[in-house]
Amino acid sequence: MVVKQQSFIQRLDLLARNITPFLLGLVLIMVSQLPTHLPELGRISPMLALIAVYHWGVFRPELLPSPAVFVLGLFLDLLSGGPVGINAMILLLVYGLVLSQRRFLFGKSFAVVWIGFGVIGAAATLVTFIVVSLYHLTPVSPQGFLFQFFLTLGLFPLVSWLLLRWQRLVLRG
Amino acid sequence: MKQRHGAVVQAAQPIKNLIQRFAYIGLVLAAVAILMFGKADTVLIEQARIYVTDAVAPILNLLSRPAATLSNLVAQGNELVALREENARLREENARLLQWQTVARKLDAENTELRNLSKFQPQGTQSYITARVIADAGGTFAHSLVLSAGSRSGVRKGQAVISGDGLVGRVHGVGPNSSRVLLITDLNSRIPVMIEETRVRAILAGNNSTRTSLIHLPPGATASPGDRVITSGHGGAFPWGLPVGVVASVTDDRIEVQPYMDRERLEFVRAVDFGLKGIVTLPRAGKAKTKDRP
Repeated sequence: MVVKQQSFIQRLDLLARNITPFLLGLVLIMVSQLPTHLPELGRISPMLALIAVYHWGVFRPELLPSPAVFVLGLFLDLLSGGPVGINAMILLLVYGLVLSQRRFLFGKSFAVVWIGFGVIGAAATLVTFIVVSLYHLTPVSPQGFLFQFFLTLGLFPLVSWLLLRWQRLVLRG
Repeated sequence: MKQRHGAVVQAAQPIKNLIQRFAYIGLVLAAVAILMFGKADTVLIEQARIYVTDAVAPILNLLSRPAATLSNLVAQGNELVALREENARLREENARLLQWQTVARKLDAENTELRNLSKFQPQGTQSYITARVIADAGGTFAHSLVLSAGSRSGVRKGQAVISGDGLVGRVHGVGPNSSRVLLITDLNSRIPVMIEETRVRAILAGNNSTRTSLIHLPPGATASPGDRVITSGHGGAFPWGLPVGVVASVTDDRIEVQPYMDRERLEFVRAVDFGLKGIVTLPRAGKAKTKDRP
């Protein structure tokens, strides 16, 4: 009986730990939407959700299953005021792509992971640009997308490092 | 026992993979379906958007405070460096403004006199609701802000939102504790304006960049760089005369306007209730009219 109860608490504890990647994703999305008041940066918000999805896709995909990715994307869409569904789609596509390429990325040096993010992030940005343009039936300014991509690429080491620390500290592995 | 368990897991693995794959494809299709649905029916999506934004508004409000504090510190540092120049510039500007003040006083007195003469009916009383900008949302998709005040504070859909510089945008969605502002630079923003000097009417259209453009000018009319652009008050959504921007460049097919509002520096803005119903409640206004007729 005692053993059973303990295992229940342990399981609860494990569940609480394992849900943190999703909650961290929510927090990152909110942070990405904060007003920065920095010149020229206010217009472009870094795609922090993309970093999170890529990170967990490479290192611990079982902690961020595809329904969680879907919900994160939808949350970002609703919060950002853009077309609803677009980030849900993009994040899911990135997630699928990362999982299919996981053996090239997992256990490699950080530079490889970063380059991988650059390639996949560029593809995601391009697809987003095309879909947004189709959605509005007019080509939108590509400049913002370019800035957004490079900003996100630059922030990747920092965010990825934070997520990695979290993984070591809370998820033990 | 353990081996059997392992065998079951092994047998179940392909099935599990299959289910996961189907779930994945289903989710991607669901996202595409939502995207198309949102294009067709915006009401439900807007409702969901207001609900979600309102739910996280307290968190955003909290998170945006350190960010604002940090940027204030940076700004203060910058100010310290440029203090002397700034002082000289301000003195010069002050002298110039004092001149303007005299002119404004004279005009104001003259205006009151003329209004009295012509029994001019002033527009309804204005009330302001000041709110913090708690999210600068959208990035490259859309240009919108989330404010910390909602319907409980009196913010209503369609109200003009202004900063000290000029027109910022219009309230686009309202929840109890938060509201969303569509910036004048957004792709979907269309605002009736006119050029102050020549009184030429036009529509100010956003295009998701920092500059907006003038469209639907009357045939033959044109603008020249440096012209001030103000709201025209047509359509009854915005009052007349809010400063919007200045004509920055004129080419054959495009007149660009640089808005006065500076998106990066928006911290507190005001939603203005001018008591105008205008475009927002047009169907109801139409009904009321037909009722009045008989």
